[in-house]
Amino acid sequence: MEYIGIIIVAIFVNNVVLAQFLGICPFLGVSKKVDTAIGMGAAVTFVLTIATIVTFLLQKGLLEPFGIQYLQTITFILVIASLVQMVEIVIKKVSPPLYQALGVFLPLITTNCVILGVAILVIQKDFTLLSSVVYAVATAAGYALALIIFSTIREQLALTKVPKAMQGVPIALITAGILAMAFMGFSGIDQVF
Amino acid sequence: MNNKTMTKNIRVLINGVVKDNPVFVLLLGMCPALATTSSGINGMSMGLATMFVLICSNIVISTLKNLIPDLVRIPAFIVVIATFVTIVEMVMNAYLPALADSLGIFIPLIVVNCIVLGRAEAFAAKNNVLSSLFDGIGIGLGFTLALTALGLTREFIGTGKMFSVSFFPEDFGMTLFVLAPGAFIALGYLVAIFNKIQRE
Amino acid sequence: MAKLSSTFKNMLLSLFFICLLAAGLLAKVNDMTKEPIADAKALKLEEAIKDVVPDFDNNPVTESYKVATDSGDSLLVYPAKKGEEVVGFAVNSYSDNGFSGNIQVMVGFDMGSNVINYAVLSHAETPGLGSQMTSWFKPQVHESSLIERIFGFEMKKAEVKSSIIGKNPATTQFAVSKDGGDIDAISASTVTSRAFLEAINKAYVAYAQSNDYASTGATINASEDSIEINE
Repeated sequence: MEYIGIIIVAIFVNNVVLAQFLGICPFLGVSKKVDTAIGMGAAVTFVLTIATIVTFLLQKGLLEPFGIQYLQTITFILVIASLVQMVEIVIKKVSPPLYQALGVFLPLITTNCVILGVAILVIQKDFTLLSSVVYAVATAAGYALALIIFSTIREQLALTKVPKAMQGVPIALITAGILAMAFMGFSGIDQVF
Repeated sequence: MNNKTMTKNIRVLINGVVKDNPVFVLLLGMCPALATTSSGINGMSMGLATMFVLICSNIVISTLKNLIPDLVRIPAFIVVIATFVTIVEMVMNAYLPALADSLGIFIPLIVVNCIVLGRAEAFAAKNNVLSSLFDGIGIGLGFTLALTALGLTREFIGTGKMFSVSFFPEDFGMTLFVLAPGAFIALGYLVAIFNKIQRE
Repeated sequence: MAKLSSTFKNMLLSLFFICLLAAGLLAKVNDMTKEPIADAKALKLEEAIKDVVPDFDNNPVTESYKVATDSGDSLLVYPAKKGEEVVGFAVNSYSDNGFSGNIQVMVGFDMGSNVINYAVLSHAETPGLGSQMTSWFKPQVHESSLIERIFGFEMKKAEVKSSIIGKNPATTQFAVSKDGGDIDAISASTVTSRAFLEAINKAYVAYAQSNDYASTGATINASEDSIEINE
C-alpha cells in the first residue's frame, strides 16, 4: 500500500517536471511532437531506473562505509555519464531503428537533471532499494506523462496565431504553467493513503 | 595586457550578459531558473554560486585544454565541474547554512546545468585562460541577473515584497507566483519581453 | 603546445591525473569545512533552544536525553537550568505528516506546562502557505508595508485564535478547529497545521515525562553526545 502512495505522489502530486522543476531543458526541447516525446519518456525511464539502482548501491556500498560522502556528486555524475554511454552502445547494437529514433536525445539524458536529481533524492529520503526503484520508475512515468500531454498541446499550438515575441519558448512556458496549475489540483490525494 | 585584448575581453563579458544571455537567449539552465527563484535573494544566490563554478571551471579547463585528449574531454570536464560544485556545496554548508537549506538539491545540480558544461565545451576548450575568465564572468553575470530578475518578479507579484522589503500587504499578492505554475508563467513573460526588447 | 592525441595511454593518464587532483582537492576542502559544518549545525540547535526556553546557564545539549513517545520512537529533550533548578525544557519534535513530509520543531515548555515559544527547524512545506507556520502559531505581529506607510493606513486582519504561546496543552486542545480543537489552522493549509500541532503534542508527552523526573529530584543522566538532527 505504501508503494501505491509513493507512485501516486511521484506521478501526480509532486510531478518531477511540473512541481519539482527537474528536466526542464529537454522538456521544452523535445516536446514539439508526440512521438519524440514518447521516445524520450521511454529512454528516461530506462536510464533512470538503472542509474538509481547503481548509484544507490554505490552510496551504500562504497561512499558510506568509507565515509567519503562528499564525493557523492562527482561519483554519481560519472556513473550516470558512463551509464548513458553504455546504454547508447547497447541500443545501437541491439536495435538500430530504436537508436535512430532516439537519435540525439540519448547523450542529452546525461545532463538531464532528473537523473542526478532522483539519484540524490532517494538517498536524502532514506528509501530502501525497492522503494527507490519504485520511486524512480514512478518519477519517470510522471515525466513521460507530462511530456506527452505537453507535446499534444504544443502540436495544437503550432497551428495557432501567436504574437511574435511569444513564439516558441515563451508560449510553451506559459502553457507549462497552466498545466502545472492543473496538476496542483492533485494535491492532497496522498492523504488518502 | 594591451588595450585591444582588454576591449575584446570586455566585449566577451557583455556578450554573456546580453546577446548570449544563458536564460533569456540561449534558453539554458531553466531548471534552477524556475526552482530557485521564489524570491529575489534566492535567485541571486543561486546565480552567484553558479557563476563561481562557471569561472573556476572555465579557467581550469582552459588551462588544461591541451592536456586533455579529445575523446575523453566530456568526462574530464565533468570531473572538473563536479569538483568545484562539491567545493561550493561544502563551503555553503559550513558558512551559509540557511542559504544552503533554501537552495537545497539545486546546488549539486549545478553540475548538470547545461550552461557550465556548454561553456566549457564551446568556449573554454577553444580559448585562452584570460578570455575564458571573462566569458565565465559574463555568462555568470547574465545568469545571475536573469535569476534575480525572475526572483524579484515572482516575489513582488506573489508577496508584495522585494528582497523582503514589503511594498504592499501580502494579502493582495498572487501567491500562485511563488508556486510552481507562477514560475513557468513569469519566466515565459520575461523571455517574451527580453525578445521584444532585443528585436528593437 | 598542440593538443594531446587521443591514444589509449594518453586518455587513461589524463583522466587518471585529473581524477587524482580532484580527489585530492576535495579531500583537502572536506577537512577544512568538516568542523565549520558541524559547528553550524550545533549552532542552529543552540540558537533554537535559546529561542524557546527562559535564560539558562547550563549546557542543555550535553545534558540532553531521549524520551520514548507513544508512537514507538523517541524525542530529544534539552533541560534548561539556572544553577541547580530546572527552568524549562526544550523538546526536538517532528511530524512526518506535513504536506511535503517531515517537519522538525523545537518547542519550549516552562515548568507550568505552558508553551514558551517554538522554532521550526526544518520543513519542506509550500512557500506562502504551509511555510507560514514559522510565525502563524505565535501572536500575530503586523509589519506595515510601504503602501500602508505612505498612505497612513493599516490593513485590518481578521482576528485569529492561532497562537499556542503561553497555552497549556493539558488544558487547551491543541488541535485545529475543524477537528474540534481550540487552534485556528493556517488558511488553506490544514494539513500543515495538523502536522505542526501533532509535533507539539508529541513534544508535550515527552515534556510531561521529563517534568516527572525533575519534580522527583531524580538525576538526569546525560546520554551520548547528541548533536545530530533528524533531517
